Amino acid sequence: MSTGNNSINGNGTPPLLIAEGLRVTYGGIQAVRGITFHVKEGETVALIGANGAGKTSTLRALSRMLDAAGGSIRYQGRDITRLPPHRLVGEGIALVPEGRGVFPRLTIAENLAMGAYTRRDKAAIRQDMEHVYSLFPRLKERESQLAGTLSGGEQQMLAIGRALMSRPKLLLLDEPSMGLAPIMVQKIFEVIRTVAAQGMTILLIEQNAKLALETAQRGYVMESGEITLTDDAAALLHDPKVRACYLGE
Amino acid sequence: MDTFLQQIINGLVQGAIYALVALGYTMVYGIMGLINFAHGEVVMLGTLIAITSITFLIKAGIAVPLAALIGISLSVLACMALGWSLERIAYRPLRHAPRLTPLITAIGMSIVLQNLAMMIWGRNYMIFPPLIEKTQFEVAGASFTNVQVIIVTVAALAMGGLLWLVYRTRLGMAMRATAQNPAVAGLMGVNANRVIASAFVIGSALGAVAGVMVGSYYEIAHYQMGFMLGLKAFTAAVLGGIGNLAGAMAGGVLLGLIEALGAGYIGDLTGGFLGSHYQDIFAFIVLIFVLMFRPSGLFGEKTGDRA
Repeated sequence: MSTGNNSINGNGTPPLLIAEGLRVTYGGIQAVRGITFHVKEGETVALIGANGAGKTSTLRALSRMLDAAGGSIRYQGRDITRLPPHRLVGEGIALVPEGRGVFPRLTIAENLAMGAYTRRDKAAIRQDMEHVYSLFPRLKERESQLAGTLSGGEQQMLAIGRALMSRPKLLLLDEPSMGLAPIMVQKIFEVIRTVAAQGMTILLIEQNAKLALETAQRGYVMESGEITLTDDAAALLHDPKVRACYLGE
Repeated sequence: MDTFLQQIINGLVQGAIYALVALGYTMVYGIMGLINFAHGEVVMLGTLIAITSITFLIKAGIAVPLAALIGISLSVLACMALGWSLERIAYRPLRHAPRLTPLITAIGMSIVLQNLAMMIWGRNYMIFPPLIEKTQFEVAGASFTNVQVIIVTVAALAMGGLLWLVYRTRLGMAMRATAQNPAVAGLMGVNANRVIASAFVIGSALGAVAGVMVGSYYEIAHYQMGFMLGLKAFTAAVLGGIGNLAGAMAGGVLLGLIEALGAGYIGDLTGGFLGSHYQDIFAFIVLIFVLMFRPSGLFGEKTGDRA
């Protein structure tokens, strides 16, 4: 399988993240069967596919919540396939997990502080917190409330804000639209685009293929644990097969 | 003498001790869902180590207050090391084992520590050296001692310190986050091993303090004393809602009061058939009723499905 002519960008720097022949077994099933993909610095890449295609397993392996059964993950030229999960954030990788994973009995401010857990620069942390509050004014209003009292959409905002608090180089987003009202989905994606425009590198896992491809520059299509198609996001949006399978046309 | 007021005072003192021990159970349970049945033995070792070191220092001619300070510090440090070792050696290898496995290991560790104490200190009762001159006060027909006042004060300070640590420090925030969602806390950079080890170490330190209190209150100690104390403190933790810090504190004090009042009135209630030496039954009546009617405890947020 070819990764196309995108494997090396114009000025010749290697991609920020490269997964090669990645295999993941989950519950005795081969959920990911040897996929290869990459994310370059500054770009937003969408990984789309139906429920059960292996997208979340891929992200769990990347975020080290699951061990890869085979293949390798390279980040900034280093092999991170076996790095303990709590070391990832120090490398500059932050995950917004599926189902948000906010700490329900911590306040919103504490949840954000947890995002900056490995950082010691108090003044800069305070600044970043204000930045997150400017992206999501709702969170500022409820700063000292427990996160468990927030609505699903607000929790998603909090999860994204918390991930940003670590000042990541690479942001992994797992199904940010899942279970949210359409108006909330629009809001969340607006912020994702804002963050991307500020230069963040993003790997976006989404079932909502249209939204994901409209947000990303490139996309990979996953099917039964394999990557079956990859191209520029705009091209995928107009690909007849993608339109038939994932855009409901 | 006023029985009611007197038993309230006795119950508060006993309850303060239960609360300190219950915190050790509840912290570990809150973070990793394990009931560390060896915790009572940690408390017992705290008492025995304090007795041996304080007695030795006094015999060596060191002034009693200084001997007490050194002995108590030694006991706390030894228990912290013991708590850390228990987690590292007995429980960490079983982190991903089925829930029953670490529970059975905990009971095993309890037996191991009890036998170890028996081999070192023997089967006889040991005298806890008097650390201060006991003075008695009378208020409204009830009496209490300066030892009781110190126990309640130190317990309150220790609990205040724990609350400060858990709610005001970075480590405390990491502990709460790990208790709520260990996988995501890991993604934030929290080393779960370190947080779990901290819970054991802090719980054991509180246990050692409680051990010294029990020793100086009853003035005797024994290698089997940790068993019943541990069981009652566990009951206190369940009563308050296991995994909940405020619950363990309230549960401990409440259990102490129930027990003391029960012991004070059981003779009258049964027409002299049962005496105050039956006081142990109250803790377990409480445990049975809590498990039957409110298994999540007084402050519990959810009914745990963990072993």
